[in-house]
Amino acid sequence: MHRSLHIEPSLCTGCLQCELACSFEHEGEFIPVRSRIRVFEFEHGKISVPYTCTQCVEAWCQKACPTGAIFVDSDLGAKLVSAQACVGCKACTTACPFGTIEFNPFSGKVDKCDLCHGDPQCVAACPTDAITYLDAGATGVGRMQASAEQNAKGVSS
Amino acid sequence: MSWQGRVLRVNLTRGDITPEPLNMEWANDYIGERGLGTKYLWENMDPKVDAMSPDNVLIFATGPLTGTNASTSGRYAVLTKGPLTGAIACSNSGGKFGAELKYAGYDLLIVEGSSEKPVYLLIEGDEISLQSAEKIWGKTVWEADEWIKKQHHNPMLKIATIGVAGERGVRYAAIVNDLHRAAGRSGVGAVMGSKNLKAVAVRGSHGVQVKDPKRFMQVTNEMKNLLAQDAGGLAKYGTNAMMDTMQEFGALPTRNFQEVQFSGYDKVDARAMLKTDETGHRNLITNKACFGCTIACGRIAHIRKDHFTIQNRKEYWHASGGLEYETAFAFGPVIGVDDIDACTFAGYLMNEHGMDPISFGVTLAAAMELFEMGVITTDDTDGVPLNFGSAEALTVMSEKTGKQEGFGQVLGLGSRLMCQKYGHPELSMTVKGQEFAGYDSRALQGMGLGYATGNRGACHLKHDTFEVDMDDQSGEGKAEPCKTSQDWTAAVDSSGLCVFTLGAWGAPEFAAQLDADCEGEWTPERLLESGERIWNLERLFNLAAGLTCADDTLPERLLKDPVPSGTAKGRVNELGKMLPEYYSLRGWSEQGEPTPRTLTRLGLG
Repeated sequence: MHRSLHIEPSLCTGCLQCELACSFEHEGEFIPVRSRIRVFEFEHGKISVPYTCTQCVEAWCQKACPTGAIFVDSDLGAKLVSAQACVGCKACTTACPFGTIEFNPFSGKVDKCDLCHGDPQCVAACPTDAITYLDAGATGVGRMQASAEQNAKGVSS
Repeated sequence: MSWQGRVLRVNLTRGDITPEPLNMEWANDYIGERGLGTKYLWENMDPKVDAMSPDNVLIFATGPLTGTNASTSGRYAVLTKGPLTGAIACSNSGGKFGAELKYAGYDLLIVEGSSEKPVYLLIEGDEISLQSAEKIWGKTVWEADEWIKKQHHNPMLKIATIGVAGERGVRYAAIVNDLHRAAGRSGVGAVMGSKNLKAVAVRGSHGVQVKDPKRFMQVTNEMKNLLAQDAGGLAKYGTNAMMDTMQEFGALPTRNFQEVQFSGYDKVDARAMLKTDETGHRNLITNKACFGCTIACGRIAHIRKDHFTIQNRKEYWHASGGLEYETAFAFGPVIGVDDIDACTFAGYLMNEHGMDPISFGVTLAAAMELFEMGVITTDDTDGVPLNFGSAEALTVMSEKTGKQEGFGQVLGLGSRLMCQKYGHPELSMTVKGQEFAGYDSRALQGMGLGYATGNRGACHLKHDTFEVDMDDQSGEGKAEPCKTSQDWTAAVDSSGLCVFTLGAWGAPEFAAQLDADCEGEWTPERLLESGERIWNLERLFNLAAGLTCADDTLPERLLKDPVPSGTAKGRVNELGKMLPEYYSLRGWSEQGEPTPRTLTRLGLG
């Protein structure tokens, strides 16, 4: 099954536990600046939005890479970066329309979300289920259901 | 281990920026944050200096758990000599700035001297510089935050800054970080202003490591689960749930502590914030977390656009930090105001201009009593009647004080100096010059003892006697829980975590997290002993600054005027009975000085 990260900003409290978990999983230490998921706040914290790679099926980053360093994990659908092949040219960071593949000045390579081999740590760390790991074909179901519930209330009242 | 092992020392007089190694011996004895900052302050300055002189030292200190994934790991503390009290000031804050300072590669930031011209400290990765703040001097906290991020094209900077209140020496000016979190009390912002330091802006690129990663992840996860079972009410209602409890008990200070119950309490309490009014407006928008916090007690609120305070001021038609219990108390009951939009707006103004809402509200309460007594008139107050209950007086004076205009300059003195100025020192509801929080000492006896002996003056966050106080309203048996909880809270404040975890976590839970984090063996006993050492070192600072046992007292109103209503009706605070017992338990002389034996026992001899 093709699963993907589903983000519901209305549930996010902005605690950054996802950034802590992501950086710990990939770097072995707590370092939010190297997290592959980032939380952005708007209007004095009224809205907090976690943001990360959506794992495009036709991935701009992959197409832009001149060394073929970006490849697909066929089980997860995740786009992964080969550290051996990446030369740090940053073409992918220019190509990605979402900015979710990022150059790491310490390693000289690019970093992006790899779905933690199917067990995304940001999901495990989120205390409010603002980030969930769902069937990619059903990420809209929760909102659809909530919206339907509103309609149902309108009908029954 | 989670220390970066480095301290950044900035001398503003010389313009020097010097990294130095962290003194690990001190970190082992004083845990971190509040404790370690106090030790550094003690070793780096003479407690006798004028708080507003260049000789005062300003320290930003993180704890060993700051920046880890332990829940509530965003705390940092600001230590200095406080201009409001002349005592040690220790204010801690959440938000995201504290963890970012750790990620910058520094456990502590020590600021000495005073800059000739306004500056801000910029730490971007490994590049550290003092930058001219000429263009933001005179600007608000919110303007300065935005300007610095734009100036350096870096929206990820975390910024702690002062407003005009701090620049112009309001004695309870705060240092505000991340727009609406604050090292709020005791005037730490005024010290920053006296040094011509507008802001510290940080984006760090150094990770935080722990001693035993596997065990640490396991322990912090268990602790988060424990917290999730206990702290649900804080997320939904915030700290303002306390208002109903205090009202019912009769410990809600009202009209400058003349009363202990307020008829309009249910218009400014947590339920009022959640209520949708006839126009569809609800004060509370959502709850919000500080860095790493899985409780998320923070309030994000907004004000009705047709409210008199902002109807012609669109710049305030946005969401921002909402009322916590202490702000609700200080803008509500203690000044007799029951207008939730006015209270919320005053809260915005405190954050925007950088002031402590508790001290401001309680100072305004004293001014209102002076006004109603006829000691001051509208001739003194720029034509604004300062009657209890006036929402206009609250919001107009909040702004005048924030901008240091007119009567705001008098309110900026704090209630002790203001009441002295008008010849009525008895109306100042303070200990050591710092205003009380929202708990009346006549109904809560141990709270009164904690206030009276507080090292930073009146404070509700440095001890915890709520349960014993509510179980038994006499002064019997309050010294021991007061002393023990003071020591314990000092340890918690030194860890890098938040006191709002204490409903779910005790000493074993803190020790388990620290033990997986830091070198050496961390036990509950070690934490309590370290807490007692910290409390005593703060006391030594105050004694060296010239304070004495005569400063461990309460206003006469609380010692002599019986409470008029509530469950403690007829009681006064029994400080005279509790204080000698407390000194004795602490191993202090009758003059409140730690004996040589006590100092030796704690390694302070």
